[in-house]
Amino acid sequence: MCLAVPGKVLSVEDADPAFRSACVDFCGVRKNVSLAFTPEVRVGDYVLVHVGFALTRVDEEEAARTFAYLEEIGALEEEGLVPEGGEGARGGEGN
Amino acid sequence: MKFVDEFRAPEAIAKASEEVRKLADPERHYRFMEVCGGHTHAIYRFGVKDLLPPNIELVHGPGCPVCVLPMGRIDDGLSMTDDPSVIFTAFGDMMRVPGANGSPLQHKARGKDIRIVYSPADALKLAEKNPDRHVMFFAIGFETTAPSTALTLIRARQEGIRNFSVFSNHVTIIPAIRAILDSPDMRIDAFIGPGHVSTVIGCRPYEWIAKNEGKPIVVSGFEPVDILRGIAMLLKQLGQGEAKVENQYTRVVPWEGNKAALKAIGEVFELRPYFEWRGMGFISQSSLRIREAYAEWDAEKRFSVPGVRVTDPKAAQCGEVLKGVLKPAQCKLFGNECTPEHPIGALMVSSEGSCAAYYNYEHRKAAALSGLTPA
Repeated sequence: MCLAVPGKVLSVEDADPAFRSACVDFCGVRKNVSLAFTPEVRVGDYVLVHVGFALTRVDEEEAARTFAYLEEIGALEEEGLVPEGGEGARGGEGN
Repeated sequence: MKFVDEFRAPEAIAKASEEVRKLADPERHYRFMEVCGGHTHAIYRFGVKDLLPPNIELVHGPGCPVCVLPMGRIDDGLSMTDDPSVIFTAFGDMMRVPGANGSPLQHKARGKDIRIVYSPADALKLAEKNPDRHVMFFAIGFETTAPSTALTLIRARQEGIRNFSVFSNHVTIIPAIRAILDSPDMRIDAFIGPGHVSTVIGCRPYEWIAKNEGKPIVVSGFEPVDILRGIAMLLKQLGQGEAKVENQYTRVVPWEGNKAALKAIGEVFELRPYFEWRGMGFISQSSLRIREAYAEWDAEKRFSVPGVRVTDPKAAQCGEVLKGVLKPAQCKLFGNECTPEHPIGALMVSSEGSCAAYYNYEHRKAAALSGLTPA
């Protein structure tokens, strides 16, 4: 129910500033999304969308931090815990 | 998909799950409640349980708005379709939820005008397109969804669209957590905090859980790496004898929440003195009703609502499962009379209900392994 999906902002429609909206791409599916709760959002940003409304802008630096942390706690490779030839941890860009 | 795939990558999951193993004290049994139904679904879908050491038990919480809605509210909402001019709209999640007189989908089969909408804004558009009809939106959801309903009502008033109304069943998460903590049969060591609710309310409203109840809470994302990291952060706090609110989902959740969304909720809604939760009884100040200024768009004021109260079937143990006292498969009806195809309780209807999640992933897997097809 509280499912929210990240998508990329392709264009912004702000003829009526009170009801700013955007065309957002979700892996090829495009939807018109309200930006009423995220006035800071610009073209190229990723937004988290719930029932047609962007609730927040996805922060790229913070997303990277999770992986930086996992690298730090590391030394796992030596213990043979990381599967060889596994999917790249940073794959999937833009598709 | 960016911000999704990398959080499901096997290499990252292996690292995150190893961290959990290292932090868990083998001498101790941990009971963590994931409050949100989205987490419950993700935990079963991604097999997170199998990535945890056996002494970490995940208890499923009350954060599925479809599941906690008393059956009578569905009958109340559907009673509005007795007026043939009414178009009943709701999210897809609601369509198969049984009321005492059948589900919205069964009403559609009987000739009522019942339609699925993706957004409350789409329900308002439907009203604009059908000026000779009345469009009623059956609103449901926690603070994640309430701002969207609120903004739709603000728009309806601004544009003077009068053939539209909302039947508000919005609930709030904090009183539900309080009810869980007050429940005498409840033993929880810490909470995995809801991710998307927190994009709206932020992290501050959870502070009493840490300060007054001494329970750690980590607001977490919904991908396997997020959930494992959230669990690791809880273990770290417990290991150090701490209890605080932490945010694992920083890429999405601002500490202060979303002010514009909270403002929209405050403009349109006020707290009801009390509201019934399925399986949990009446909880004070736990739901939102529409303010007087928007009375014209309040379905509860436009229609005479019968106020139906329906007791759940005696054999169904939805309440115990909902509070985490029983596991889904421990209910007598699970997998026999009650299945996702023929749900008796709402926990089996919504994909985020713990019974449906357990049935779809665990039960089918077990049946496949034993060479049987699930009942």
